[in-house]
Amino acid sequence: MSDTDDMGCERALTRLLEFIDRELPDGEHDSVERHLRTCRSCFSRLEFESRLKQRLSALSAEDAPSKSRDRIRDLIKGF
Amino acid sequence: MRTGAEVTISKEAFETQVLGILGPLHGVARRLTRNETDAEDLVAESVTRAWRARGSLADTGAFRGWMFRILTNTFISERRKALVRPREELLVDECGEEEGAFSIFERLHQPFLLWFSNPEQEFLDKLLREDLDRALAALPEHYRVVIVLADVEGLKYGEIAETLDVPVGTVRSRLARARSALQRMLWTVARDHGLQPSRAAGTHR
Repeated sequence: MSDTDDMGCERALTRLLEFIDRELPDGEHDSVERHLRTCRSCFSRLEFESRLKQRLSALSAEDAPSKSRDRIRDLIKGF
Repeated sequence: MRTGAEVTISKEAFETQVLGILGPLHGVARRLTRNETDAEDLVAESVTRAWRARGSLADTGAFRGWMFRILTNTFISERRKALVRPREELLVDECGEEEGAFSIFERLHQPFLLWFSNPEQEFLDKLLREDLDRALAALPEHYRVVIVLADVEGLKYGEIAETLDVPVGTVRSRLARARSALQRMLWTVARDHGLQPSRAAGTHR
């Protein structure tokens, strides 16, 4: 497969979520990345799915500190 | 089982590690149990089990993943006890739940307006944290577990596969379906808020 072969939208889209998760093997990751550089509609979809994932991971980052600190400390003390 | 060559974690180090990730632990517990009291109990029970299983901790660098695994497994085994017909309920996964994948992007994206507006981005901007939490809470359990582990807590597919004791391929496909279900849920949540834009102008697949 030459460097300039494009994988096409259908193939890129089926791999998009794994691309965002960084779970594709290197070769496939690069192929998807190449396609996204030239395809506006797939890139727009990438932006959306990435941002949704970021909102989800922000839930964890923004969680208030646990109120059960003392309970857990006491629990461990008793081990 | 302890080997002579390895040093198992000390109580002080264990406490430091646990307190260091208590926030995320509690967050996962709350999203899985959907109940603050149950979440606190789940964390406490998991910490107890973790201490008992400390010999299985390979190295302290792996503490977070190891602890999340124990918490998830504790949740699943507690749920199995609570269900009347555990095998049936927990294995519901494949059977015709979706009417095809749901995509908010496909519903909202309008390629010809690209320079003027971005309806799908506006949709995300208007979503509140509680909308996301509400949508997560409304998901069937087997979907909620994988999304919380993968997207909220950022575990890799391999870690999730180990946690749930399923093949990586199962994690992959379940996650894809879970995300579709989540988007469908978010769409509903948004509609209930009156946030859903009209589709009058759009091309719609």
